[in-house]
Amino acid sequence: MSDNRTVLLIKKKFSSFWKTFRQNKTGLIGLGILVLFALMAIIGPYLISYNAASVEEISTILNPPDSEHWLGTDDLGKDVLAGLVRGSRISLLVGITSTIISMLIGAVIGISSGYYGGTIDAILMRLTDVFLVIPWLPLMLVLTAILGANLLNVILVIGITSWASTARIIRSQTLSIKERPFIERARAIGSSNFHIMFSHILPNVFPLIFANTILVTAIAILSETTLSFLGMGDPTRVSWGMMLHFAFEAGATIIGAWWWIIPPGLAVVSVVLGFTFVGNALDEVLNPRLRRRER
Amino acid sequence: MNNRKYLLKKFMQAMITIFIVLIFNYFLFRVMPGDPIRVLIRNPRISVDALAEIRAQFGLDLPWYTQFIYYLKDLLHGNLGSSFYYREPVLNIIMERVPATLILVGTGTIISIFLGIIIGVVVAWKRGTKIDIIGLGICLILYSTPAFWFGILMVMFFAVYLRVFPTGLMSLPGVAYSSLLDQFMTSLRHLFLPVLTFTLIYIGGYAIIMRNSVIEVLNEDYIITARAKGISYIQLLKRHAVPNALLPLVSMVAINLGFVIAGAIQVETVFSWPGLGRLMYTALLNRDYPLLQGLFLFLTTCVVGANFCADILYSYLDPRVKLS
Repeated sequence: MSDNRTVLLIKKKFSSFWKTFRQNKTGLIGLGILVLFALMAIIGPYLISYNAASVEEISTILNPPDSEHWLGTDDLGKDVLAGLVRGSRISLLVGITSTIISMLIGAVIGISSGYYGGTIDAILMRLTDVFLVIPWLPLMLVLTAILGANLLNVILVIGITSWASTARIIRSQTLSIKERPFIERARAIGSSNFHIMFSHILPNVFPLIFANTILVTAIAILSETTLSFLGMGDPTRVSWGMMLHFAFEAGATIIGAWWWIIPPGLAVVSVVLGFTFVGNALDEVLNPRLRRRER
Repeated sequence: MNNRKYLLKKFMQAMITIFIVLIFNYFLFRVMPGDPIRVLIRNPRISVDALAEIRAQFGLDLPWYTQFIYYLKDLLHGNLGSSFYYREPVLNIIMERVPATLILVGTGTIISIFLGIIIGVVVAWKRGTKIDIIGLGICLILYSTPAFWFGILMVMFFAVYLRVFPTGLMSLPGVAYSSLLDQFMTSLRHLFLPVLTFTLIYIGGYAIIMRNSVIEVLNEDYIITARAKGISYIQLLKRHAVPNALLPLVSMVAINLGFVIAGAIQVETVFSWPGLGRLMYTALLNRDYPLLQGLFLFLTTCVVGANFCADILYSYLDPRVKLS
């Protein structure tokens, strides 16, 4: 019974949310782009054969696009389109998982900082300021260089370096929520601090976190691309950034192998734009009162 | 809060940040797998006694806090260690590369701020029209574009396809110039593409900040008063709106410094520009840890210092911040 009612409530909430979201044109475009790339990452690799068997044939190396290889071939004779499709998995995986890590850290630090206040707040905010002021790319590069350039480390490094702005936003929101009467009521009936933070404050900051998550994913994908291009990606799991690294190191720029350079870059730009569009639209739908936001 | 108290507070914050970075920097490079002595001495049959002796020579047998104090002492004397790869003191290598980066970043930043202000004001003025929408769209696309990829496209189009600009480097190696003017023109041609790339990447951010700032200022009471006095729109923008809207840009320039450094690393890598960014890339590829550590500390200190300067400047330009 009650389960049924919850489902109905969620359905109703979702349909009213969808009604508002649907009116946002850029949000819809962004969603379309993301659905397309998600399909590419999920089912793409099964549709396209990644045939690198013909390496020994010189004639297949660095070929411009033709009917057989729609996006041409790279310096090893591998199909660029196949690399692009496989790369979408890695790029999206790193972007999404590192964002989840960053959100978890940001939420924990933001909520506890805002809720407890005092010394805890002072220490956590100082730490946040440090992470905000340290130039992010050198920090990520140095961390990856020390930990070792593999997929897991790249995810961890992006996650633990990009939570600071989220923590700030969540803290300020927590500060205003904690003054509301229902928190006082919860405290009066003896709820623990942990219970209040987890089941009263978190659900209230969630809409904010959700919109922010999508925007952070865009930045995480850009970060992964840049890290990989600078040689700090996983060479065995080739993301779009890593494709560009290999292309650059092989001199594709000077040879003029545009078919090897343009597609991965365009894919990054499209996905980042898609996440940004959807993130901004969600922000407008979920947080109409908080429209004024920097960046 | 009075002025001196405010500055002191900001100064202390900057110092704490640098100290945290120092601790972080110190321990980060000590959790690395592998024994530094084993790396330095490539003799696998070295005796245990000899190893202990060398360790004592480098002070590696001392407790960590003593080592940390020695590290701080060395830093104060400007000793950042020697590079594995170049076999030279790290600080010398860094200092050699600073001018090239300053030329690139300085020129690019000044041009992009200048153009960003103009575009931002025009777009704010025409807000809601097609110009506004197209302008915002272009800014957003540029914001979503990886800087290095944009640089590669520039090289491919202007240097490889059209052949009007060199593909990279700061000057032609081993060429004698017929005159000073000739040398200057060559340098300018080498500077053009990197600066253009750098400028185009950052223009969008500044333009959007300026646009939002102008729109916000236009809603202030004093603007309505000025309008009621019958002032022309151009005068309104020039005398009232733009000077006040410039304020957020001051703090924006400092906050953006992290992005500027990220841009410099990417653009310098693509154009083989002999600055700090390219140095970082080669240090990464060679796993030159002392150089990486020195570069990281140098860049972070520069950013913290610049943020402190921006705070001071801002408190003079807008005395209201000291009250909050």
